[in-house]
Amino acid sequence: MANPSAVCNGHLHHHQKQNNLLKSGISKKNGIAKGIKKNGVSNGSLSKKAFIEHFEQAPMYVAVLTFVGFGVGTIFGYLRDFMRAWGLEKRNIATEREQQKDFVPLYQDFENFYTRNLYMRLRDNWNRPICSVPGPQFDLMERVTDDYNWTFRFTGRTIKNVINMGSYNYLGFAETDANALKTVAKELQKYGTGVCSSRQEMGTLDKHVELEQLVARFLGVEAAMVFGMGFATNSMNIPALVGKGCLILSDELNHTSLVLGARLSGATIRIFKHNNMQSLESLLRDAIIYGQPRSRRAWRKIIILVEGIYSMEGSIVRLPEIVALKRKYKAYLYLDEAHSIGAVGATGRGVVEYFGMNPDDVDVLMGTFTKSFGAAGGYIAGKKDLVDFIRTHSHSAVYATSMCPSVAEQIIRAMKCLMGLDGTTQGLQRVQKLGKNTRYFRRRLHEMGFIVYGNDDSPVVPLLLYMPGKIGAFSRRMLEKNIGVVVVGFPATPIAESRARFCVSAAHTREMLDTVLNALDELGDFLQLKYSRYSKAAHPELYEETRCELED
Amino acid sequence: MDFKRVKDYFYWLYFQYLLITCSYVLEPWERSMFDTILVTVLAMVLYTAYVFIPIHVRLAFEFFSQMFGGQPESTI
Repeated sequence: MANPSAVCNGHLHHHQKQNNLLKSGISKKNGIAKGIKKNGVSNGSLSKKAFIEHFEQAPMYVAVLTFVGFGVGTIFGYLRDFMRAWGLEKRNIATEREQQKDFVPLYQDFENFYTRNLYMRLRDNWNRPICSVPGPQFDLMERVTDDYNWTFRFTGRTIKNVINMGSYNYLGFAETDANALKTVAKELQKYGTGVCSSRQEMGTLDKHVELEQLVARFLGVEAAMVFGMGFATNSMNIPALVGKGCLILSDELNHTSLVLGARLSGATIRIFKHNNMQSLESLLRDAIIYGQPRSRRAWRKIIILVEGIYSMEGSIVRLPEIVALKRKYKAYLYLDEAHSIGAVGATGRGVVEYFGMNPDDVDVLMGTFTKSFGAAGGYIAGKKDLVDFIRTHSHSAVYATSMCPSVAEQIIRAMKCLMGLDGTTQGLQRVQKLGKNTRYFRRRLHEMGFIVYGNDDSPVVPLLLYMPGKIGAFSRRMLEKNIGVVVVGFPATPIAESRARFCVSAAHTREMLDTVLNALDELGDFLQLKYSRYSKAAHPELYEETRCELED
Repeated sequence: MDFKRVKDYFYWLYFQYLLITCSYVLEPWERSMFDTILVTVLAMVLYTAYVFIPIHVRLAFEFFSQMFGGQPESTI
């Protein structure tokens, strides 16, 4: 896996490593960090910070009514399909041609049935076109439908200043302030927009080299490589790292990009229960004891795929325990920090910093620039050998166009702001504001009595709706109140657990959050969404330790 | 004013019914069809209950009192 003689980009990395050590104030000896530690010990036991996650189950009648609702929808779905098949109703969706009626049917499976009959009725809540920057507030194009969501037309009006609770704008870097974008505009004038080549041909610019060095310095690792697209980073690099004869242990709720990368690689995939260390350990033990399925040989490589923050649940990975397991059973760890980089941690360096651990504990650090940095693209970081190998063997490096230089400059300026290199404390302020907003929002939602999943520190806040009728009602009524939310149903979530997912941002002011919370309160009473049986108002004495948040 | 509050309350109840049975997503003619069928079934259930439950309760009462029968009825 190593390519020791590669000096791909002609830079020496020695001075950078010393910078990392001086910066974090930890002296290393034999890979064990001594000296100043932030929270707790890094030998695998849980850090001293409380790890509070909520996955409350709704009362039984809610599950029953959800299934009743889906049953009614299914019955009417069959009725409409019958009417379409017998010509009593016009067919608006894709069907086979007349000559192909006797062939194997294309549109009879459950997914197409669900799309035709249930998704189409609520389709106006998704894919709403926006016409401004997705900051804390944005503008929507108004559209209406005349035939129950089969076609839409724009009225020409724009709905202005809708509060944005759906964009992944965690640190508020999606902004149009001319002052902030000065360097980006300058690079745009210097380089233009297109690179017109892949990384290995003519597409490596000095901007990419600068960005990669900055990313490595930010994360505290030896080297990093950046790619043009976050999804492609996962799906094109996992096949480069593992192949046939390797074992992938992947979390139940991993993102599609990780699943696609794992399947493309050709390795054997085993799934462990979400964030469940007993399940992971039993899989690891079985893998080591029994080896490969038929030949009983040892696996060439065992790699664990996890995410920093899971975007549908809002839960944070149990990193110290996974690192302890990985050391014990000698496996590799691939951590996808798409939602957690910039969003958790005292200075925004992700879950590794959140748990007070050493970045060397994780073998492959992956992340995206789409969420917290207001740009596009992804990175893979780790040891220099690993990154040099990826530079030559990744499909993305060989075939995909490299990142646009002005986008790279946006990431550079955002990262410099976060690290404090631009001379201000704006970056740290943003991270702290995000933390405050997150804790405030989650605390108020719990107090009001909603069922909210996930860790108390994660800026992704899923609020459970359960019933299919409420998905549409919730989204439409929130839009009437000028708040844009994202609702998710089957198949992105389990069928009985549809939810509304809020993404708190550092750019949201307290007034905006209060507006949203008041609207949620009102709507929660109107739609009867307050299912929680453990709201804080009922049991104040049990939740005292989480009340110590910084007040203004 | 009170009449408006009552009307709002009934509208809210009707809206809850729409959400729970997922009629909120249906088109108007589907909603009328569903409402009609549901009202018909409920009416039949209520009529059956009205006609048969008193008779069944009386028979059950007689059956059980026969089983424990033979005990002298207290006349005090």
